[in-house]
Amino acid sequence: MTTERRSFLRSAAAALATWAIAGCGKAKPASYHGIDITGASYGRDFRLQDGEGRERTLADFRGKAVMLFFGFTQCPDVCPTALIRAAAIKQLLGEDGDRLQVIFVTVDPERDTPEVLKAYANAFDPSFLGLYGDPERTAETAREFRVFYKKVPTGASYTMDHSAFSYVFDPAGRLRLVLRHDQSAEDYAADLRLILHSA
Amino acid sequence: MRLIISSLAISASLLATPLHAQVIVTDAWVRATVPQQKATGAFMQLSSPKDTKLVSASSPITPIVEVHEMAMQDNVMKMREVPAIELPAGKTVELKPGGYHVMLLDLKQQVKVGGTVPLALVFEHKDGTRETREVAAEVRALNATAKPAEHRGHTH
Repeated sequence: MTTERRSFLRSAAAALATWAIAGCGKAKPASYHGIDITGASYGRDFRLQDGEGRERTLADFRGKAVMLFFGFTQCPDVCPTALIRAAAIKQLLGEDGDRLQVIFVTVDPERDTPEVLKAYANAFDPSFLGLYGDPERTAETAREFRVFYKKVPTGASYTMDHSAFSYVFDPAGRLRLVLRHDQSAEDYAADLRLILHSA
Repeated sequence: MRLIISSLAISASLLATPLHAQVIVTDAWVRATVPQQKATGAFMQLSSPKDTKLVSASSPITPIVEVHEMAMQDNVMKMREVPAIELPAGKTVELKPGGYHVMLLDLKQQVKVGGTVPLALVFEHKDGTRETREVAAEVRALNATAKPAEHRGHTH
């Protein structure tokens, strides 16, 4: 472990201790707020289309931390909330925010198009990417990332049940963390800072 | 703009005269869409001086409007149509991200920031009578939140 990483862990520990004293919960050992899944045998890569019709893979984002989550644009609640949080995380990271790539992958290829996904992701931050795969590619990607999604009829239309967690990749393109939807922008930002400075 | 002002005026006058046994709708808003996006949600606060429930909603901008509830189960987001949202007397019920919303589906045109979306909300009282409240919901940006940054919940 480098000194740099150790000092970051120490400051994270201090932050957690303060947080515990503040009465918000029990103290945890200094670590990530998310679950460390370093070395996972899944979530290795994707091959999806951006709004310009280019094929994108993880290799395109070397040198940046990547935060990846799945959703659909007709989702009025969880998806905008996750994207609003992602914009807040980028802000919290300050200068490090330039080394964060947020990626939103659709689980609704029947209704979402690469163009709609681009406009949608950009509405939250111009740097955010919305990625598309045809139904088969979407299924493959979801399998690779162990993401659950299912079409559910509702009244005259349908909605999508889907996993609402976020994956974090380090700047070398390795899958490192998974965070839950109910975790705060501060939790996400603290983890991303560690990831960006420990690689 | 005139619509917003008049709806504010209506809400204000309702607040000023709570003796009317009417449902009060405050802070109704709709999340804007990007071109070609076919659905969005409406959020608001509802309160009623007597027990009632929201049973349906409609809007001239689309024929398909549904009342939905969002739930998270094992990190999976699920959205379902609900038959009604109960409004116990005197209690403010919030339709907000993370809970209930009115879903506008099959949109034919973009919902743009700065405009308003007319909504007719139908409430059914205990005695079976119905009341319709019409509001002009303000269109807010895609990245609008219900409230400024909330403190994280004590879920751990």
